[in-house]
Amino acid sequence: MTLPAVNRDPHGDPDRRREGSTQPAPTARPPVARRRGRRMRRFTRRDVGVLGVVVGAALLLDIGLIWGPTVASLGLSFTDWNGIGDLRWHGTENYHDLANEYPPFWRAARNNVLWLAFLGLIATPLGLFFAVLLDKQIRFSRFYQSAFYFPVVLSLAVVGFIAQLVYSRDYGALNAIIGRTDSPTDWLGNPDINIWVVMVAAAWRHVGYVMILYLAGLKAVDPALKEAAVIDGANEAQTFFQVVFPTLRPVNIIVLVITVIEALRAFDIVYAINKGRNGLELLSTLITENIVGEASRIGFGSAIAVILLAISVGFIAVYLSQVFREDGR
Amino acid sequence: MFQPPAGVSPASVSIDRRTVLRGALFGAGALSAPGLLVACGGGPGGGDTVSFGSNYSDAVPKKALAKVVNGFEKSEKKTVKVNTVDHNTFQENINRYLKGSPDDAFTWFAGFRMQFFAKQGLATDISDVWGDIGGDYAGALKQASTGEDDKQYFVPFYYYPWAVFYRKSLWQERGYEPAKNLDEFVALCKQMRSDGLTPIAFADKDGWPAMGTFDYLNMRINGFDFHMSLMRGEENWQSAAVKEVFTTWRELLPYHQKGANGRTWQEAAQSLDQKKTGMYLLGMFVGQSLPEASGAEDIDFFPFPEINPEHGQDSVEAPIDGFMISAKAKNVDGAKDLLKYLGSAKAQETYLASDPNNVATNKSADTSGYNALQQKAVQLVTGADHISQFLDRDTRPDFASTVMIPALQEFINKPDEVDGLLKSIETQKKNIFTT
Repeated sequence: MTLPAVNRDPHGDPDRRREGSTQPAPTARPPVARRRGRRMRRFTRRDVGVLGVVVGAALLLDIGLIWGPTVASLGLSFTDWNGIGDLRWHGTENYHDLANEYPPFWRAARNNVLWLAFLGLIATPLGLFFAVLLDKQIRFSRFYQSAFYFPVVLSLAVVGFIAQLVYSRDYGALNAIIGRTDSPTDWLGNPDINIWVVMVAAAWRHVGYVMILYLAGLKAVDPALKEAAVIDGANEAQTFFQVVFPTLRPVNIIVLVITVIEALRAFDIVYAINKGRNGLELLSTLITENIVGEASRIGFGSAIAVILLAISVGFIAVYLSQVFREDGR
Repeated sequence: MFQPPAGVSPASVSIDRRTVLRGALFGAGALSAPGLLVACGGGPGGGDTVSFGSNYSDAVPKKALAKVVNGFEKSEKKTVKVNTVDHNTFQENINRYLKGSPDDAFTWFAGFRMQFFAKQGLATDISDVWGDIGGDYAGALKQASTGEDDKQYFVPFYYYPWAVFYRKSLWQERGYEPAKNLDEFVALCKQMRSDGLTPIAFADKDGWPAMGTFDYLNMRINGFDFHMSLMRGEENWQSAAVKEVFTTWRELLPYHQKGANGRTWQEAAQSLDQKKTGMYLLGMFVGQSLPEASGAEDIDFFPFPEINPEHGQDSVEAPIDGFMISAKAKNVDGAKDLLKYLGSAKAQETYLASDPNNVATNKSADTSGYNALQQKAVQLVTGADHISQFLDRDTRPDFASTVMIPALQEFINKPDEVDGLLKSIETQKKNIFTT
């Protein structure tokens, strides 16, 4: 995430010119394709060596820190290892137990899907909606912008603590506001409703995040496009959906990726509330509960982790195939 | 102006890569440094130094334990190197800790949680220490320090009993009397309800407090021996005996605070403090969360009522904290001296003088400095035939956390679906206990 930030740093520019001594400082931007071709031919043996080391180091880190543990988890998921004794082959029994005899598993899988659907179908469009409204230069738009963006600076764990202050059955703000102090609603303890109110809290933060991304995207849309659309007789909705929205494609992809990642890695907010139990189960909390805690059901927990991995790989594969198809065009 | 994200121009990316690489090399150096430290840290063993892993990470217990260790260093002319680790972190990492390079002596819990590691060969037999200190301990405490092979692996330090707590002033005002058996208990609950109180404060958002209710119901209905063998995975959860525990609990549930799964034990304690609820079954630590009542010494308790006359009130739930010696200890003699000292009346008196929320395990410890509640706790535990350690200490940690916590929360949500619940517990128990 720091790369783009450094790129934008205006002080980076003189530096870059000084260090890239073999290359004349570009005064005007030549077309990207031509430039890339020239660079290719200019690789010296030293460059190749450096590249080899750099790529090799990255590859080693990638294998050691990402693929190694992934394969290890996959292997462990077929054992009943408890972290102390010997490894014993357990076949697919962990997966069988998981699906048939471990009640929290299906609740967690359902909650993960709900989380994704809620963020994707409700929170993200809402963020886009706010961005469009704020882009209209309405009064106090700066104020609204800050208000909506404010939750994004909080970590989800903090959002979890705030949610408890709001939703607590006996001492929460919500029951006091809606006047249900005689027969209070148990927002966080009732497993039928707690996932929804927690998703609202998570969305509170997600909406601001999405809004700021779209706001930046909208500001970059050429006003001439909108003018042209109006001249051609398009109404407001048509202008937005058929002209503006398609030009937001790069932002759309980023938002989509962020939404999916947020849904799959959701953990801190439910963990802060009740460790992800009693209706708030998520695959990530079950993995933690089984592996990290004193329980040490490493084999069993790894099987849950493999399921989460499979779901993530599904999304990554769809995303990458999209990107490659784009590049191939 | 809006800047396009990532990958602006190839030239700027290459400089960034170099910066990143430089950062990575620096980072790698920083990462390897703790590794070196760990490698050095392993070996203070031998000689007159004892290393001591402690989970007394909160300010009050940490300071209290330091005083005790100081006393040992002075009287035995030995040095103790205390490594304090956050309480929860210590607990969660105990497997890796004991398998890696543990300290000579370490803080731990009595009961199955101790036996589990003794059985794995990760603890040192300290029966000879018990030869010296045994006379100062009640039989139930020795039982709680003994492994499955009848050898001792644990020295108890203090305990905190579980009982039904209430505010004395409220009870005097309304004329309530402690209940001796289930009928009296139900009558008391009805009385409280007609007086506009919620009879029993109840919370299980944290997952563990409801275990206390289960333990007491099971020990009162089926007895200590059945409870312990159920905890060891040797009984069938679908048996009529276990089912009776849940049906009895179901009858009591209407007198409990509603919405327990959304309430922390501190919030439930607060309702007791504010005299909105009549009584609360919890450990003695409940006093920490009763600011008004403990300020006025307005707390009292009675033992959980009798249900089956065959077992009466012969069992008390009183988790014991204490110490063990790791199997990989380098200075075993020094560690044994340390444990002997920690088991002495003097050490426990020193500790409790600074941390009065518990009760000493050594029966010759001076109790004259105790407050009324501590005095009563001593009577409760010394009068007991059996001491249980709490569900998550009496059974396998994986069974307690991944099966029992969700199961009890499920029961609180749907108390009428006991059969399906017990079937699910039994199936999962088989999966876990056969590994």
